[in-house]
Formats: sequence, C-alpha cells, structure tokens
Amino acid sequence: MAVVEREKLLEVKNLKKYFPAGKKGVLQAVDDVSFDIYKGETLGLVGESGCGKSTTGRTIIRLYDATDGEVTYEGEDVHGRKSRSELKKFNRKMQMIFQDPYASLNPRMTVKDIIAEGIDIHGLAKTKKDRDNRVYELLETVGLNREHANRYPHEFSGGQRQRIGIARALAVDPDFIIADEPISALDVSIQAQVVNLMMELQKERGLTYLFIAHDLSMVKHISDRVGVMYLGNIVELTTSDELYEEPLHPYTQALLSAIPVPDPELERSRERIILEGDVPSPINPPSGCRFRTRCPHAMDVCAAVKPKWQEAREGHWVACHLYDEEAVKQNN
Amino acid sequence: MEKLLELDNLHVSFQTYGGEVKAVRGVSLSLDKGESLAIVGESGSGKSVTSKAVMRLLPNKIGSIKEGAIRFQGKDLAKATEREMEKIRGAEISMIFQDPMTSLNPTMTIGKQIMEGLRKHQNMSKSEAKERSINLLKLVGIPNPELRVDEYPHQFSGGMRQRVVIAIALACNPKVLIADEPTTALDVTIQAQILDLMRDLQDKTGTAIILITHDLGVVANLAQRVAVMYGGMIVETGTVDEIFYKPKHPYTWGLLASMPKLNSDSKELLAIPGTPPDLMNPPKGCPFAARCPYAMEVCLEHMPEATNVSSSHKAACWLLDERAPKVEPPEAAVVGGAR
Repeated sequence: MAVVEREKLLEVKNLKKYFPAGKKGVLQAVDDVSFDIYKGETLGLVGESGCGKSTTGRTIIRLYDATDGEVTYEGEDVHGRKSRSELKKFNRKMQMIFQDPYASLNPRMTVKDIIAEGIDIHGLAKTKKDRDNRVYELLETVGLNREHANRYPHEFSGGQRQRIGIARALAVDPDFIIADEPISALDVSIQAQVVNLMMELQKERGLTYLFIAHDLSMVKHISDRVGVMYLGNIVELTTSDELYEEPLHPYTQALLSAIPVPDPELERSRERIILEGDVPSPINPPSGCRFRTRCPHAMDVCAAVKPKWQEAREGHWVACHLYDEEAVKQNN
Repeated sequence: MEKLLELDNLHVSFQTYGGEVKAVRGVSLSLDKGESLAIVGESGSGKSVTSKAVMRLLPNKIGSIKEGAIRFQGKDLAKATEREMEKIRGAEISMIFQDPMTSLNPTMTIGKQIMEGLRKHQNMSKSEAKERSINLLKLVGIPNPELRVDEYPHQFSGGMRQRVVIAIALACNPKVLIADEPTTALDVTIQAQILDLMRDLQDKTGTAIILITHDLGVVANLAQRVAVMYGGMIVETGTVDEIFYKPKHPYTWGLLASMPKLNSDSKELLAIPGTPPDLMNPPKGCPFAARCPYAMEVCLEHMPEATNVSSSHKAACWLLDERAPKVEPPEAAVVGGAR
C-alpha cells in the first residue's frame, strides 16, 4: 500500500473510562487507549468479552462520559463541555449501529418513525411528504421496500431488523458509523448479507467505520486496520493483512490460533496455543502488562513495568516488552 | 457395525397459537459407538429440537413426536414412559447445554450437583459420590478440586462453569453425550480450551458425541461425521471431509461460502439471499428451493429423495438426479483451495 498522508477523521488520545464498582472498587473498563481513524477506512476492534471494546465505542460517541483523555473529531474535541446545539451538530456526523437487533428498536414505534426520528430531531425534512420519501429511499438503500414502513419491528426477522438499524443510522447522513457487534446476533448466512451491505454503503457514501466485534475472521474481512484489545488496553494495531500474517503480541498470536477454521485437514494438523486460565478482573488488574498472567513468554520485567505503546515496524504498533530492546536488557 | 442410536423418520411438531409448527420433518440419523457426529444448521433448522426429542425433553403440553422412532440399544425412546426415560437421562444419554450461566443451579454447591446423578443412577454412598466428583473435576481440568467441590456456581468463571457442566454430564459414564452449542456462549480462547478438553475426554472415555452447532469451524475441529439441517430436514450427511471438500447440496455450498476465510482476500462474501422458510406452512418441495440459485421447477413441487453419493455421503437435492444439469459449486465454497 502506498504511504499517502491520510486525513485523520478521529483521534483518540489516552482515553480512560472507569466505572464505580462496589464501595471502594473501580472497574477500569478502558485504560489509556490511543488510536486514530482515517477518513474512509474501516478500523476493526477485536477482543474477548470484557476487554472494553464496546465501552471504547460508546465513550467515543459520548454515550458514556470519559473519565480522562481526549477524543477529537475533525480537530474538534468531543468531550469538552458542549451546548445542546453543538452536540446536535456533532451527533449528525457520528452514528451507531447496535448489537442486538431485538433490543435496539422500540417495539411501539413503526419502522417509519424509528428511521425518521433523526430526521425529525435535526429538522431535515420540510414536509411530511419529504419525510416519507426519505424513509422510503433509506429502506430501499438497505434492501427493504417501502411497504415495510408502516410495520412494527416484531414483524421482521433478525437480519431485516439489523437493516432497519442501519437505515436509522444513515438517516442523518453521517460520515462516521460505530458498529458495535452488528452481526453477532445473526445466523451465518444472514451475517454475510449484512456485511456485504455495509461494505457496499461504505463504497457508495464514503463512510468511515469503527467495527467492533469478537469474530476475528469477519473483522479481518471488513477492516483495513485492526486493533486488538485485552483487559482495557489496546495491545496491537496494524493493517488487517499484517495482523493475521505476522501477529507480534503473544495475545494476538493466541487469539488467532484459537479460532477454529472451517477446514478439517488444517484443523487436524494445526498447532494451537491454548491460553491457561481466564481473563483477570478489571477491578484489580495485574500490574505491569495486563496479559502477563496468561502469557507464555512472560518475563520479570512484565510484572514491574507497563509496556510502551510503540511502533515495532512501520504502521505496526504493539505494547509488549518482547519488542522493546531496553526492557529485554533490563530483564537480563 | 452396531448402531448405538438410530433416528428413523422423526417428525416433531409444536402446537402454537398460530397453528402447528412442524419443526422436524422426517429426520433419519445414526450414531456409532464412540464417534462424534455434528448437526449443523441455522437457528430454526430443527437441530436443537431433534436433540431434545432424543432426550424426550420437549415441552410436553405443546411439543410432541408425531411420527418415527428413536432406537437406542434396542429400545424405542419415542414410546418410552417417563419412568423409563429417567433411567436413561444422565446415565445412558446426557446433555451439555449452551449457556453454562443458566444450566447450573445457583443455590446448590457444584459438588452436590455432580453427586445428584451418581447417587440416583449408581446408588453410591455420599462419601463415594463426593470422591468421584472430585475426580471428575480433576478430569475436566479444574484446579484445587478438593476445595472447589464445595463452592457455588457464581464462584466460577464461564469457562470453568462449562467444565463443571461437562463433569456432570460425564458423571455416570454415558454412552452418548449430546452437546448443544457447548461453546457458543464462550470467548474464543476459552472455546479452544473446552474443545481441547472434549476431544481429550472422548479419547479417554469413548463416549459418542452429538455436537449441535452453527459454527463450521467447531465442526471441522471436533466432528468425524456431519449432518446439515435446513427447514427441519437433513439436506446432506457425510464424513467431515466429504462435507467440507466435496459438498453436494447448494445449501452446504452457501454455508461454506458465506464464512470469511482467514487466508483469502476475496472482497465480497457470497451471501445466501432471503430467509429460512416458515415451518408453520412448510414448502411443498425442497425447503431450500426459495433461496437456491439453482432451483428448478421440480424443486418447488417435490421434495428430493436422499441420493447416495458414496457409501457414507448422502444429499437430498434434485441436482443429483441424472436428468438435472451439471452444476459446479461456487468458487467461494471451495475449502482449502488447491488440494
């Protein structure tokens, strides 16, 4: 890929989101996460449950207020104190698609009203006819038809509902969409339909996606770059091809080797890295590198020092002492 | 070879408000001693209902076996009384459920839950049963089993709970273990642990496994034979290699093609258009005809018979009829590339 100065759409710097847990506890859901998203790309965010990938997405769009750190969208701070009108302007540019198509649509509203809610709030339609036409157009864009407009969500299948969720996100003509596990509640054959639709829309409208999922093969398929999260930290970030061909972080390596591949011969011959134990609690995370308790390569320095987030190769970022010469020296 | 379990033309229906849902419509299957068979399909394909019918765990007011037989060691389970079934469940055939968070009783220690089956089926004394429970926990890889046997489910993580569920299922050395989406609720690294454990246990105990799943990766990892279900019927069965490398049914092609491959760069996934059939009014012909790109007139009218492709490989598709045009599977459905 040619190295072109690409335009940054979104910058996340040292983002932290802590939740209170019990009397004195603090759950560090996202702890010091930094990355950029470029215009027109799809950034995938993967990790196991509880790693903070959804919280990261929700904090970026300000469904949660950040504990610390900064999110800038086109150079503007998202988390600064903002008036209602300023926030509204911002919300038009950034939209979200949710995981569960059964829970994210109001069962008491018709599809037309669900999709048009954003249009109404932002006053994008002048007449009732204009509003209807916009809704019909959106329905057709996502592969449904205008007869569906007056029905209720329960009349649709999971895949169709997710299409309605996508139409709702598109209604205000956003530039950036955060998709939080948009396909994990769907059957395999339907997943492919929704992913194809999302990729088509991206091509047509020049959208930028943050695609959050735990299914690594689907993330690889849709993303240009992928970030891997573990227990509130991003441990590795690079282009999706490089991540799958040459993963550097031991966690990424284990994660990739754990996915069962639909190829019996390969499955029989494959050597697997099986991680011991479970993910530790984010209320009291391990010192130093958070992955060290399960890491097959853990050294003494891993418990003492938090690994630096550094560019191990061009465009390939990793947080691991194995790729930090100073740390390895210190350890010996 | 002697068949351990044989389903013969099984039909299961549910009486609902809107009418009769024909969830399973003529399933015939067999399971040999010690083998692992995967039943693959999407939600609503009837895979879980089939397994629940074997255990006779259908909700008894609305669900019923309409037709067919379930032969297990010379007995027809479809006609067995509840008392007879109680002797079989957990002792001869046992089950692992999808969600380890809800399949354990939160108010009982896990030791008590493992001992329940041992005390009932094998008349063990309390101390014998406890000792066996500790051994089982060790077998499924739970550290400090002597201490953990007296703990409650909430003190275990998801992966550990699934290990406990497996220990309960294996307690009485069953001949058949039905695993209904055993790893779906788990994260990939934990899934790898559990799959590894199940393969290891099968080697050690020789239990036959029926694996119910929608994940073809899990199938490739664990199964020896595969049955693909769609619309309440089995559309294709064969050894795992036959299904992955020489699939014959367009639905199997679609399933294989709609999964992204880690080692390929193809940009578009081959999605199966449309949605599965409504089993309240099942189609007259082939259930997949409405979504099948190769559908012919005959497909809409008549259900194809299962055709033998090889001695172990069968598919129910009109394309296999000698009068049908020759069709090659789409490129995206080819697994493993040049082999």
